[in-house]
Amino acid sequence: MDKILFGGLPYVLLMIAIVGAIWRFGSNRYTWSSQSSQFLENKVLFFGSFPWHYGIILVLLLHIVGFFIPKAILLWNGTPLRLYILELTALSFGFLALFGLLALIYRRLTNARVKSVTSAWDVLVLIVLLIQVLTGLGNAILYRWGSNWYAAAAVPWLWSIIKLNPAPDYVANLPLITRVHIINAMIFFALIPFSRLAHFVVINPYKYLVRPYQVVRWYRRAPATENIVQYK
Amino acid sequence: MDIRAQLSMSFHMDKCIGCHTCSVSCKNVWTSRRGAEYMWWNNVETKPGAGYPLTWEDQERYRGGWEVSGGSLRLKLLKGPGKIRTLANIFFQPNLPTIDDYYEPFTYDYQNLFNAPAGDDQPTARPRSLITGEFMEKIVLGPNWDDDMGGSPLYASNDPNLKGLSDSQKEMLTKFHKLFFFYLPRICNHCLNPACVASCPSGAIYKRGEDGIVLIDQDTCRAWRFCVSACPFKKPYYNWATGKSEKCIFCYPRTETGQANACAHACTGRIRFVGALFYDADRIEEVAKTPDERLVEAMREIVLDPNDPRVVEAARKAGIDENWIKAAQDSPSYKLFKKWRIALPNHPEFRTLPMNFYIPPLSPVLHNAKSDSGGVFDPETVDFFYSVDKMRVPARFLANLLSAGNEQLVIESLKKQMAVRLYIRQRRVGDIGDAAAKSALSSVGLTPQDADEIYRLVSLATYQERFVIPETHRETQTTVDPRTMYEKRGTVGFGTKKQELISRQW
Repeated sequence: MDKILFGGLPYVLLMIAIVGAIWRFGSNRYTWSSQSSQFLENKVLFFGSFPWHYGIILVLLLHIVGFFIPKAILLWNGTPLRLYILELTALSFGFLALFGLLALIYRRLTNARVKSVTSAWDVLVLIVLLIQVLTGLGNAILYRWGSNWYAAAAVPWLWSIIKLNPAPDYVANLPLITRVHIINAMIFFALIPFSRLAHFVVINPYKYLVRPYQVVRWYRRAPATENIVQYK
Repeated sequence: MDIRAQLSMSFHMDKCIGCHTCSVSCKNVWTSRRGAEYMWWNNVETKPGAGYPLTWEDQERYRGGWEVSGGSLRLKLLKGPGKIRTLANIFFQPNLPTIDDYYEPFTYDYQNLFNAPAGDDQPTARPRSLITGEFMEKIVLGPNWDDDMGGSPLYASNDPNLKGLSDSQKEMLTKFHKLFFFYLPRICNHCLNPACVASCPSGAIYKRGEDGIVLIDQDTCRAWRFCVSACPFKKPYYNWATGKSEKCIFCYPRTETGQANACAHACTGRIRFVGALFYDADRIEEVAKTPDERLVEAMREIVLDPNDPRVVEAARKAGIDENWIKAAQDSPSYKLFKKWRIALPNHPEFRTLPMNFYIPPLSPVLHNAKSDSGGVFDPETVDFFYSVDKMRVPARFLANLLSAGNEQLVIESLKKQMAVRLYIRQRRVGDIGDAAAKSALSSVGLTPQDADEIYRLVSLATYQERFVIPETHRETQTTVDPRTMYEKRGTVGFGTKKQELISRQW
């Protein structure tokens, strides 16, 4: 069972994410959008979108740091005080995200206009995100070694997956809530190509900081110049 | 010099009767789709009026356009030190208008008129929201809600252009015998320094180098909605159903083949002119930084004289086709804006360098008739010419709307129009006197030949004279692969490639 859940399933879900994203980007780029609904409702959104995004971005950044330099987390957590600082910071941002997410769910359920632009995928995304945030917070509250586990168990497991040498033993013995957190994260990735989560992987906005203000495209200049509009 | 071509539309506001034929033809061609019902790429507003969306000219609220700060040009939307604010606000934009600032699109439950069971009361067709599909209690806003100054104490009195008007001038809103309004037809200005392009984090919006049309790449748009906030004219619209922004495309499929835009072609008053301009792209930033007083002059300078042999040579060198050079020389926009200086840009103080121009409307002269000339004011005298500053629509109001507050430019245009009227009247009716008519012309710097040309263009011009649109001949130069052109057949051809999206797929 563990072999399937932590040895096979991650490959299936990650392949769905990668292949699906490439397929959708190539064949149906028009639908690649954050599907913002601020235009229809912007009062509750303020209390949802801001806390949600800033909370979850910080938590994700900590995950990414841990993924690339797990030793940093372990070293930092060497003394209990620093462990508490890290856990408390992550926890507070987690609660911020939870607050935002609940506001967003409330908004989707109660606002008729927002409801009319809600697809079944949106509902699924919200459920997956809610599970992810709740299990993440559960980890942080119930098990004070959460961040150490991540660095010492989940990260090596993730790398073993990437190195095509899956080692489910790393995570198989973690508490249930932690394992749900891990599997649910994989489901989250698999959802990216099929939902508005696509906006999670947009590269464009970061280019904005370095490009000049104005963009000009020429349709008559020879191909292969940067500005040309390529028609399919 | 980086010479480029730009298609530009001009509007003769005196002739606009506010019939909305332009808006309707545009809607029928481009925006009769789900998510786009509320969009009017072309709309006609009553001025004074709150406009569409409500008070769009109030940039304290929407923060659209540019401002000069510490010698450099920056988006008003960004406020802070740089573009980073754009990314910081990407999740929630404080300055974004919502659907309630436009109006909630609706239809009526017409079927009830036919299907209602027999009863004691007349069946009614209740309004039904096109967003939620539910019945609406009450329609609170709709397209042209304040048309013809309807509800003016609420709407027109909030017109941001009334800033700087004296109380007696504001009486044109409330006092019946002083009342006056005119219409402002608006499409996207296809600016030289577009704020929507500059604000797009995705880089989806671009200006076409060949004809200056500003378009949104529907495949690259990610619904960050900054264009809606940054455009001071509120001409990019957010499609709430597809999650993509859309805007006026200057009917490029028509202009590329030399046809007039749908709005311009349909105009019953023939108030619209379309032509090509040449401009110097190297000077855009410098011109956009010019102080308000000289802004329109600077815009006139950036537009190059297509009859100047040096300009023609530079245009050829830049790869601009002969038919474009010829069109630029015959361009009604060039003549109205630069040669005769009677057309003015809308809100140049937003510093986007808008490329549509308006001939300010003449309005009846406000005159205390009793104290003058024994109770009767005779408009058919030369005196009328010198009363331009007593018109019902104060020059201040027109200047706020069309020349960044520079009243001289508005008065210059009004006087020129009046001089042409006097000159033509003298020729047709002969009651003004040759010398008086000629002196009226020369006092505003027009020659009789100019007057004849202006008269012809604004009152008699044929389709070919009003719309001098050079063909692009994309069939010879385009990057379109002819093998795939058939795929586009039967599609909406506008982003939604595969099929028309009725609702969201994802």
